[in-house]
Amino acid sequence: MTPLLSIEHVSKAYDATQALDDVSIEIQPNEFFALLGPSGCGKTTLLRSIAGFEDPDSGAISILGDDGTSTSLLSLPPNKRPVNLMFQSYALFPHMNVRKNIAYGLEREGLSRSEVDARVAEVLETVSLVDKAKARPAQLSGGQRQRVALARAIVKRPRLLLLDEPLSALDRKVRVEMQLELKRLQHEVGITFVVVTHDQEEAMSMADRIAVMHDGRVQQIADPVTLYSRPANVFVADFIGSGTLLPGEVSGDTFSALERRLPCNNASGVHGPAVLMLRPESVRVTPDDSDACLRGSVIETHFYGGSSITAIRVDGVEQPVVARSAGAPRYSMGEEVGLLWDAAEAVVLAVGGSSETPP
Amino acid sequence: MSKVGWLRLPLAVTYAFLYIPIVVLVIMSFNASKTPFVWTGFSTKWYGELLNNELIREGFINTMIVAVSATILATALGTMLAIGIARYFRSAIVEAYSLAPAIIPDLALAIGLLALFSLIGVSLSLVSVLLSHVVFGMAFVAAVVIARLGQTDSSLEEASRDLGASAVSTFFRITLPSIAPAIIAGALLVFTLSLDEFVVAYFTDGPTTPTLPIVIYSMVRFGVTPEINALAALLLLVSFTIVLSAQRITRLTDSV
Amino acid sequence: MSPSEKRISGRGATERRALSARAVFAGPGLLYVTLFMSLPLLLILVYSFFTRGRFGGIVWDFTLDNYGRAFEPVYLKVFGTSIVIAGITTLLALLLGYPTAYAITRLSPRWRTIALVLVVLPFWTNFLIRTYAWIILLNSEGPLNSALLDLGIIGAPLGLLYTPAAVVVGLLYAYLPLVVLPVYASIERVDRQLLEAASNLGASRIRTFVDVTLPLTLPGVMIGAIFVFVPSMGNFVVPELLGGGKTVMVGNLIRDQFLEARDWPFGSVLALFVVFLLVALFALQAAISRRINGKQVTRV
Repeated sequence: MTPLLSIEHVSKAYDATQALDDVSIEIQPNEFFALLGPSGCGKTTLLRSIAGFEDPDSGAISILGDDGTSTSLLSLPPNKRPVNLMFQSYALFPHMNVRKNIAYGLEREGLSRSEVDARVAEVLETVSLVDKAKARPAQLSGGQRQRVALARAIVKRPRLLLLDEPLSALDRKVRVEMQLELKRLQHEVGITFVVVTHDQEEAMSMADRIAVMHDGRVQQIADPVTLYSRPANVFVADFIGSGTLLPGEVSGDTFSALERRLPCNNASGVHGPAVLMLRPESVRVTPDDSDACLRGSVIETHFYGGSSITAIRVDGVEQPVVARSAGAPRYSMGEEVGLLWDAAEAVVLAVGGSSETPP
Repeated sequence: MSKVGWLRLPLAVTYAFLYIPIVVLVIMSFNASKTPFVWTGFSTKWYGELLNNELIREGFINTMIVAVSATILATALGTMLAIGIARYFRSAIVEAYSLAPAIIPDLALAIGLLALFSLIGVSLSLVSVLLSHVVFGMAFVAAVVIARLGQTDSSLEEASRDLGASAVSTFFRITLPSIAPAIIAGALLVFTLSLDEFVVAYFTDGPTTPTLPIVIYSMVRFGVTPEINALAALLLLVSFTIVLSAQRITRLTDSV
Repeated sequence: MSPSEKRISGRGATERRALSARAVFAGPGLLYVTLFMSLPLLLILVYSFFTRGRFGGIVWDFTLDNYGRAFEPVYLKVFGTSIVIAGITTLLALLLGYPTAYAITRLSPRWRTIALVLVVLPFWTNFLIRTYAWIILLNSEGPLNSALLDLGIIGAPLGLLYTPAAVVVGLLYAYLPLVVLPVYASIERVDRQLLEAASNLGASRIRTFVDVTLPLTLPGVMIGAIFVFVPSMGNFVVPELLGGGKTVMVGNLIRDQFLEARDWPFGSVLALFVVFLLVALFALQAAISRRINGKQVTRV
């Protein structure tokens, strides 16, 4: 499939910092795509480069038009790009009411008055704000403002909608509602969404695919499940989800730590120092340690209602191994236990050579 | 300057408009000619003449008496007022009321004060000028200090009280040092303000003790002599120095 | 004593301390402002309702004649001249001050500070001297005329001084810094994301300026306009020194009533007019500012 948006080898530096370092991403039509990373990873710079508020030093960004030909975005000024942006602060015009805010972009297209009215009415319906059409932004709640910002962007029917931390200004309860709402809207209006977020839960629950970014570079592009179960490197493994990173060494096709060979699924691609990533739900704790992969003593247990977390200290390993199991904790503090896991669920990741060192 | 583009034009016009008269005035102060408008040659003689002018000398002394006393009084009152407003009142109305003397039209204030002094029988003298200058001087000091207090954290003072310091020692050890630059800047501004103030002094001063601006006014009005150019240049120099120091003092501490 | 009672009495003590601190710190200053600003203004309000004394001062006969006099044609003409002169000055100050302030916001932070200091610096110098500088400049034998003569642009010296135009120039020179500062502050306060949003929605730079920057900076523009307009109305020095006494403004009228005609009640009426003009314009500014920011509740 021809991608809707292709970002090719884009780089951008500010003085000493490399905000974007050879970034290439392809986004498919109708995709819900997320740019995920800690603050300063370059995701916002990338978003602003697509919208036209930053000029990359090198590289190309192009978008597929309705007629099937692709246009370079970088040659267009921001107000001529077929791309709309929902700002993190929403950036609603305080001196215009909701209706005028939403109509603003359509009026710039030179549409007839009746068409503007019809489309504004339609989008107000979509975001359920018909009764707030004459209110000023200052009179709206956070969630309502967010919906106005969204309506103002989607009413333009852009090829691509960019959303900068769309939920960060909302409190937790509204945020969860809006996650579902955004997903539903994206489906309904059939626009390609690119969301920038630092919140992995948000990205994982909404996006079809996620690009994890760090230090201006794309670390991995994958669907949420793959990111979680098959992270490409130590940074992604550490940033997404929780778990234990066990330091060791790969020689041939075996991973060993503490002078033991440990079960794992992909050691053959790696050489030298490495870590073994164990997700908490992959680790089983057994009282019988005869066939255990590792042994240790329980140092902490936490009960979370449906499940519990057990932390086990293994001699010679700094970080405790964490295991999640259903029901109440079954072991007490200090108890000696064995740890088991399936080779298929333990991922070996190379250490060093790049910036992806474990923190 | 790259982002400025065509906006250089208004910048150039504004600064030319603001500074050409000042530059011309300073140049003309070194004019040898007896008419102050026509350049005939370089001379510093009018600066010397300045010292021999009885009226100017007297005006200078009167002005210094008023400016120094007004600075002391306005700084003390204005600083306390600022602390009272920023730390204890926190009321926009009280703040607006205290700062109003800086905004109220000077002519209205001047005639009101003239009416007040004549009603209560205060004879017009340097004292009545002083009393008048303190009222708006205080507002300027309060404005500068309130701005500074707004930037400093009142929890520092609460921490000091919490650690056992008395209110008085908290004031002298915590509050005062943190606002000292603003107080100095405010004092410098009051000093120039009083030094240069004409309208209020014109209405509230007695006939025998003219301040320097009143002397200048009558000189400009009834026969311009070239000494005025020299005096003007000197006064500009004094004001520039004082205002730039005030600016430096506040900016030095802003970055900390 | 129950714990809750204890807490209440504890708060009472804190409040009493705060009250006494208010009195100690703000008391003297507030008393001073009351004595030497409010009382004088109140006094001219009172005087405005009484009769003039023979040799100045006041006779305590209540009258509204002073207000009536303000509507006599000779005074209405002065009001008219004042409004025109102050209005032109304000307009010019905005036309020059707004682009200047806008340009300053575009400078690098270092240059921005320098530019702002250079704008305010003349304001803090002696007002008479600044006015006097224009007497030198505009004089028929002065530098401007001799420069124009030397360049052959004019054949004979222009009579620049002692004209209404000279008054406008003098007032503009006096109050231009007071426009640049509030306008600069209001432009600086406009959220950059709003400008980006307008651009993202398809607006050109000019459109963005007209639709977003201009309305959002209107409150600052109004403050600047008030700071020029009101003091210009009440200025008597510039009309006298640069206008040669031919252009009579409200300020000259007030001065004359107090120092020459010795009609304090009528002078008070005129001065109150200037004060009320200031208050009314500030109230209007506040209302418009609230409206622009959408803070007031609109009926839906």
